[in-house]
Amino acid sequence: MTVALAADNTAERSVPKPTNPIIEVRNVSKVYGGAVHALDKINLSFETGHLTSLLGPSGCGKTTLLKIVAGLLQPTDGEILVKGKKVTGPGPERAFVFQDFALMPWASVLQNAAFGLKMQGVGKAERLEKARHYIGEVGLAGFEEKYPHELSGGMRQRVGLARALAVDADVLLMDEPFSAVDEQTRRKFQEDLIRLREVENKTFLFVTHSIEEAVYVSDRIVMLSPRPGRISEIIDPDIPDGISPDELRRNGTYLDTVEEIWRSIRKYVE
Amino acid sequence: MTLFGYRLPMMSSLIVWVILWEIIGRLELLLLFPPFSEVILALGDVLTSSSFAEAMRITAISYVAGLAIALVVGIALGFLMGLVPTADKMLNMWVNTFLSAPLSALVPVFMILFGLGTPTVIVTVFMFAVWIIALDTRAGVQNISPSLIEMSRSFGASRFERFKITLFAALPEILAGVRLGMIRGVKGVVIGQLLVSIIGVGALFSLYQQNFLMAHFWALVLLLFTLALTFAEIVARFEKRIEYYAGARS
Ligand SMILES: Nc1ncnc2c1ncn2[C@@H]1O[C@H](COP(=O)(O)OP(=O)(O)O)[C@@H](O)[C@H]1O
Ligand SMILES: [Mg+2]
Repeated sequence: MTVALAADNTAERSVPKPTNPIIEVRNVSKVYGGAVHALDKINLSFETGHLTSLLGPSGCGKTTLLKIVAGLLQPTDGEILVKGKKVTGPGPERAFVFQDFALMPWASVLQNAAFGLKMQGVGKAERLEKARHYIGEVGLAGFEEKYPHELSGGMRQRVGLARALAVDADVLLMDEPFSAVDEQTRRKFQEDLIRLREVENKTFLFVTHSIEEAVYVSDRIVMLSPRPGRISEIIDPDIPDGISPDELRRNGTYLDTVEEIWRSIRKYVE
Repeated sequence: MTLFGYRLPMMSSLIVWVILWEIIGRLELLLLFPPFSEVILALGDVLTSSSFAEAMRITAISYVAGLAIALVVGIALGFLMGLVPTADKMLNMWVNTFLSAPLSALVPVFMILFGLGTPTVIVTVFMFAVWIIALDTRAGVQNISPSLIEMSRSFGASRFERFKITLFAALPEILAGVRLGMIRGVKGVVIGQLLVSIIGVGALFSLYQQNFLMAHFWALVLLLFTLALTFAEIVARFEKRIEYYAGARS
């Protein structure tokens, strides 16, 4: 495990800087309504093809940062570069997975999954075929004609994931995607996410408030501290490759990392 | 309903009232109440008369026209209020006032403005129906989950597509408003014609009253009640479907 204090910018960092960053966050601050300092001068970059988690207690600005990267919110100060280009709004190279799924209740699973493609002007036959493919990919084959209210929370989020995958964006922005699903489903989901990373060549930005989840799925964990939202630490968990989920949950490095993070976070929680 | 331990069929209380009516009518106590049997006989007369057909035609035309305008204006107004806070601040008080105001009192004003004819009845239907449609649409638009709108933005939806999503997401509330508007519109079309009184059912009522055709008068009342109740029943069926849809939303 390697740890760096991001606040100490002059010190030699022990986490390597991304060599091929796809997203660069430069000096981003966000103030809500002139009073709430949700983010304070965030500098951060995200390596292409990696899964980076934003971790921190609730209210520390994780959602705000992710939505600024998505182009859904304007920063008060600073800028975001995606593939070297300044972000001014949402774009096809980024796809968002919502905490509350944000599915259209009047549309079937298939239509929901094809929504992004439809907005991009992809023809009907092609978009439905692609949507079908990704519905299968997230494990929902056979549910194409169902409606969201006929599905469990976990299945609904799979639809949200299929919709984001279908547009073939380079970056997947996921805001606590598993927080509204039950614990068993959540574990299965995390394992699926790891498998998905291996087949899909994408960069993931993953917001979570679960330490275990972050350590389990991430290449890198960016820890945020609240009021104002700042980066407190960056951690690269050194989990051995190819370890099975069951082995992992008993792995020494995994447990140490979780413990380490918990120690540094607990002062904000108490 | 049960009586002395016997289950009585649904309509039996109605039969009691009908018998009572028949007895009072036979006693010839009140000129106003002919026996029920006479009313039933008059029913055939009324139904086959050409003035009844004409009255129904005018009623249908005024109702459909007034409701159609109320739908367009009400939904547009609801969207405006739901989406633009300034418009909401300016309009909300007035819409609420009109919603609970005794609109019948305004019909004489409409008569001055629109004359003694169908236009006044159309305006009355419109005024009865439009406010509840506007308010329910407003509520629907304001209750849309913000993340659905963010979702559409993040996938690059055009303005038109975003509007479509807003419309669909608010549809259960809009349809609930439409249902209430339809029922209020029935009141509007009857009250409007009664007050204008020279066209449609209003003209028929005055005709029967002035000629002391009380059996015909009551026959027409029965007909209107039956029509209005049947209509409300149809609308209620339609509401059940909306409720299913709204329940399926979350
Ligand atoms: N639209 C908003 N208006 C005002 N304050 C907001 C808004 N959204 C978030 N905040 C505030 O900004 C801070 C960070 O919020 P958020 O990014 O949602 O945190 P997190 O996702 O880490 O829980 C919180 O204090 C929250 O109350
Ligand atoms: Mg959040």
